[in-house]
Amino acid sequence: MKTIRIGNGQAFWGDSAKAPLDQVRYGDLDYLMLDYLAEVTMSIMQKLRARDPQQGYARDFVTLIENLLPDMLERGVKVVANAGGVNPLACAEAVLAVAEKLGVADQVKIGVVTGDDIMADVDDILAAGQPMNNLESGAPLTDVRDRLASANAYFGAFPIAEALGQGANIVITGRCTDASLAVGPMIHEFGWSETDWDKLSAATIAGHIIECGAQATGGNCMADWDQVEDMVNIGYPIAEVSEDASFVVTKPEQMGGRVNVASVTEQLLYEIGDPEDYRTADVICDFTSIQLEQLGPNRVQVSGITGKPAPDQFKVSMSYAGGYKTVGTLVYGWPDAVKKAQAADRIVRKRLDNLGVTFDAMHTEILGANACHGRSLSGEPDADLAEVQLRIGVRGQDKRALTRFTHEIAPLVCNGPPTVTGYFGGRSRVEEIIAYWPALLDKAYASATVTLLGAH
Amino acid sequence: MPSVQLIDIAHARSGDKGSHANIGLIAKQPEYYELLKREVTAERVADHFGELCEGEVSRYELPNLNSFNFLLREALDGGGTVTLRIDAQGKTYSAALLRMTIEVTDQELALIAG
Repeated sequence: MKTIRIGNGQAFWGDSAKAPLDQVRYGDLDYLMLDYLAEVTMSIMQKLRARDPQQGYARDFVTLIENLLPDMLERGVKVVANAGGVNPLACAEAVLAVAEKLGVADQVKIGVVTGDDIMADVDDILAAGQPMNNLESGAPLTDVRDRLASANAYFGAFPIAEALGQGANIVITGRCTDASLAVGPMIHEFGWSETDWDKLSAATIAGHIIECGAQATGGNCMADWDQVEDMVNIGYPIAEVSEDASFVVTKPEQMGGRVNVASVTEQLLYEIGDPEDYRTADVICDFTSIQLEQLGPNRVQVSGITGKPAPDQFKVSMSYAGGYKTVGTLVYGWPDAVKKAQAADRIVRKRLDNLGVTFDAMHTEILGANACHGRSLSGEPDADLAEVQLRIGVRGQDKRALTRFTHEIAPLVCNGPPTVTGYFGGRSRVEEIIAYWPALLDKAYASATVTLLGAH
Repeated sequence: MPSVQLIDIAHARSGDKGSHANIGLIAKQPEYYELLKREVTAERVADHFGELCEGEVSRYELPNLNSFNFLLREALDGGGTVTLRIDAQGKTYSAALLRMTIEVTDQELALIAG
């Protein structure tokens, strides 16, 4: 039975720059998928494009391709990435320029998927009776319409398969379901149809397992984490997929890490909701059908997966300007580190109160004592702690109030409790909050366009 | 009645879904699954997280993976970019759940002690 190997080399914008190179060199891959887009990344890209119409994509991807192209072409590995952000065509042009610089432009054909960016159509879509209410709160989009910063539909894998079918060896998309970057190559290679629900479900779950990079190969894994071999050179995951859509999760043999039932199970459960109703544009996956089996060292077989017909709607990811926030920190040392931090917190709150400065929210944590798990779960902090970090966050709509807050932290060094340090970064920066607005949209209101560039 | 802490019989991974958090809880041995199913209910998890989780907790069963998925609604002070919490995406909630202590029978304790 025909099998193909799809590797992931990037879990998010800012992940290891070396991982994609290792994957291409040591992974014996047919395809490399690279995921660049977090939920609110698009709004950053919208801002970049507003300043310069040639920007608005993950520029790191262009640098990466420059390093990757010789190995990629030599080994015949195709790359699928959602690095296009809100400007996939400009991203493709930049990649072509790199190929020309390296003298290999004749070997590069880029497929570009566009159409996911519905920012310019939002008012028409609203007028057509698609409310795009917040999926979590149910609030109407009109609440934040004037502060909207980006709006993108999550496309599926078929446009990617179409680009590969037209001969692309690099596919660049905007917003699509992360897993689609792996599903597209499978559809292309195996010729699956849009109603092969079980296969599309299995393919999506394969993509889900590998899309977070080393989280499938021993990274961020609670099961015997200190037994994971050679984390320094941790290998990224590879799905070895058969034509019947069963697959094996593995990693490059000569790299570190660990692929076992425990690491794969942890990743399967990562960031999911109802396991019987995991939706993409292409299919609804049933995670309760998954069967795992350890075939050998660093090889886990995944089989038995079923799926249900695709939903009628795209998920839409929007972002909007949600005010401002800033966080101030100081470190207090032994003795009575926690007590000093608590005293400093009370003092700064009283001083702000006296100034009449208010916020929508103010939140204090004492790192080292109870920040991650909260007070009731963490219990009484050890009175003898060597040091703790006081961390005070404020959030509000009035940028001046937040700036005033940042002026109240540093003075505590000389006019508050003793043995304090850790203030050398200066005043904290007030940052704009880009808030997330998930919604649904009937599929009729967004459609993908595939454009081929290069190697004419 | 004897008790065990979840960290001794399970592992977990957590993350965010907007302003909700999810925690995948996995039995270290298949024979611990029924015990977890009986003791680690949605209500107990909601109680356990207390002030960290403002909304409801749902539990989903995945016996095929000896696992459960817990969805903790409104558990991140607004989620990823909005929250003022250090653990903006609930990445350590996995371990917070494993702090839970549950009651077991003598027979179950013997099984766990192996």
